[in-house]
Amino acid sequence: MTAVPDIEFRAVTKRYGAVTAVSGIDLAIPPSAFVALLGPSGCGKTTCLRMIGGFEQPSEGQVLIRGRDMAGTPPYRRPVNMVFQQYALFPHLDVEENISYGLRQARPRLSSREISQRAGEALAMVQLAGYGRRKIHELSGGQQQRVALARALVNKPAVLLLDEPLAALDKKLRTDMQIELQNLQREIGITFVLVTHDQEEALSMSDFVCVMNGGRVVQLGQPSEIYDEPADLFVADFVGKTNLLSGKVAGLSGDLVNVALADGTVIAARKRVPLSRGEAVSVSLRPESLSLSAPGSGALKGIVRNRIFLGSTAEYAIEVQGIGSLLAKADHVIGQGNLFKPGEPVAIGFAAGAPLAFPHAKNNGTNQREDQNAEILP
Amino acid sequence: MSETGYKPKPDNATGGLSSAGSQPAFPMRGSLFRKNLVTTLLLAPAALWLVVFLVLPFIAIAIFSVGERAPEGGYQAALTFAQYANLPARATAFWNTMVLAPIGALACLLVAYPVAYYLALRAPQRWRLILLAMIVIPFWTSLLMRTYAWMYILGGRGIPALLAYVGIEDLRLINTPGAVLLGIVYGYLPLMILPIYVSLERLDRRLLEASADLGATPLSTFLGVTLRLSLPGVMTGFSLVMILLLGEYLIPTLLGGGKVFFIGNALVDLFLQSRNWPFGSAIAITLVLVSVVVLIVANRISTRLSGARRVDLI
Repeated sequence: MTAVPDIEFRAVTKRYGAVTAVSGIDLAIPPSAFVALLGPSGCGKTTCLRMIGGFEQPSEGQVLIRGRDMAGTPPYRRPVNMVFQQYALFPHLDVEENISYGLRQARPRLSSREISQRAGEALAMVQLAGYGRRKIHELSGGQQQRVALARALVNKPAVLLLDEPLAALDKKLRTDMQIELQNLQREIGITFVLVTHDQEEALSMSDFVCVMNGGRVVQLGQPSEIYDEPADLFVADFVGKTNLLSGKVAGLSGDLVNVALADGTVIAARKRVPLSRGEAVSVSLRPESLSLSAPGSGALKGIVRNRIFLGSTAEYAIEVQGIGSLLAKADHVIGQGNLFKPGEPVAIGFAAGAPLAFPHAKNNGTNQREDQNAEILP
Repeated sequence: MSETGYKPKPDNATGGLSSAGSQPAFPMRGSLFRKNLVTTLLLAPAALWLVVFLVLPFIAIAIFSVGERAPEGGYQAALTFAQYANLPARATAFWNTMVLAPIGALACLLVAYPVAYYLALRAPQRWRLILLAMIVIPFWTSLLMRTYAWMYILGGRGIPALLAYVGIEDLRLINTPGAVLLGIVYGYLPLMILPIYVSLERLDRRLLEASADLGATPLSTFLGVTLRLSLPGVMTGFSLVMILLLGEYLIPTLLGGGKVFFIGNALVDLFLQSRNWPFGSAIAITLVLVSVVVLIVANRISTRLSGARRVDLI
């Protein structure tokens, strides 16, 4: 990345009293990207967003916006705008007044013609033309969401911050808004920073996902990277569904390790960090990388316990002796009749590169619990 | 994908499938009757109380006000508006009330707003209740006692005596409009603080952050958001204090020494001393009308300014 990052965190730590919400984060968010800060509640993602917005000051380190250190700069002098959780629209103003609120704060003052013109454009951009005189309480949740977007974007911020913007919408509307947000971001070309605890939302909308846990950045990468090559056990488990099989390292061969599972089966797995012989590990296997077939072949044998038919796919809960229950996902092709029934024995296979071995968890223990208090505090 | 294209939900009447959870169109007569009976019984005591102690006396006063004073005092039936025509005779009382009530309410507001603001938005959470209690507790003592205390403080042996030590002689505090105003502010302060506190407390803090985020300085955030959204509380407090002040009797008597005469004092005088009931009634009716107008105006203003659909005054 040659350009100056829109947002940069340099060794940023945020403490509330004895509680550390964010510890020593270094992060550069590239320009014109759609970035999601993803993590469980209390991981420090909202604190990070609020530090960019200026509502919190870092206890240590620097937050830079377009290369400028923001220390001591109040929210009203920062070139960023935020879409708040539950929108925080002004109930005493109508839609247009809400949208032009930021324009009216500009110094030197903008002419009232320019204000109403830009507010009108913003309304049209979020497909609410003609709604200018409505009161906020007359709008549906989805419409309020758009007003909040327009109110932030009308000020032409360098970066748009979105704090769980879709959490209050129903599923159908959420999917629509995801597409619309993506389109908006491409159209306007500014950086969007989205905070979410919903991994599906993060994966589907953003160019980069920044997975956070326990006040630290665990992994920054493109959605497919995060999903396919999780940096650690936490990411593997948090992003998408996965099966975790515990075992011990039985042998090492180059990039691969041989892991002896609880039932004695030895499988070859890729590793992300160095592992030593005898070390306790968890092997992550995505449900869709498991393939089911009639008994006889495959690395593992099991019995189908439940089948969840989803139309294009079917999910199976499979009981494997000595290992436990595994989740498998298989495409369903019409007419092929490849559905297994509960009670049926099956063989489970997987592609050679699919299993990933991680050392047993150490970083999602106490640290994380501390943090959950932290995000409630402010 | 606009949301304007929502289709209305299919009507219950046309679909035979959806009747399960819906209400029957005609509830049974018995249950309706019983419901009404319960409602009536619940409302009866309050209604009776209001009729006996508010509506009937009010009608009586209205009738008195178009009557004449009997030669020996009291009421004598007649139909005349002479009493209303005579209102200018108590112009001073009206003037004092109409000037001091709004000024008193305004002075109260100016003192109360910063206190309420501090309590709701700045005071540490754990101190809030204690501070609120400190504001309310003096109210548990009778206003009479507290006003007597002020009489002493402002009287010859109070502050003026202290000031005399430092060379400021002959300062008159008691029995002045200033003393009445001070008494008013002191006496009604909690009534002003509490509604403002409640409306500020209810204020969504994220609106303040949103305002700052949109580039508003703390001052314009205060004027454009905090103050605007606390106006219902301000109007409640203001009209509450204002209306109570319109009928105020005690404070002007004790701290104004008969020199600052309020409508309340005029009423006491007319009903109890000179026994001119019809004239007193005319003044009382006028006072009620003024109060109603104040209430309506206050309600209008706060509804318009806050953007709320409906504002509860009390």
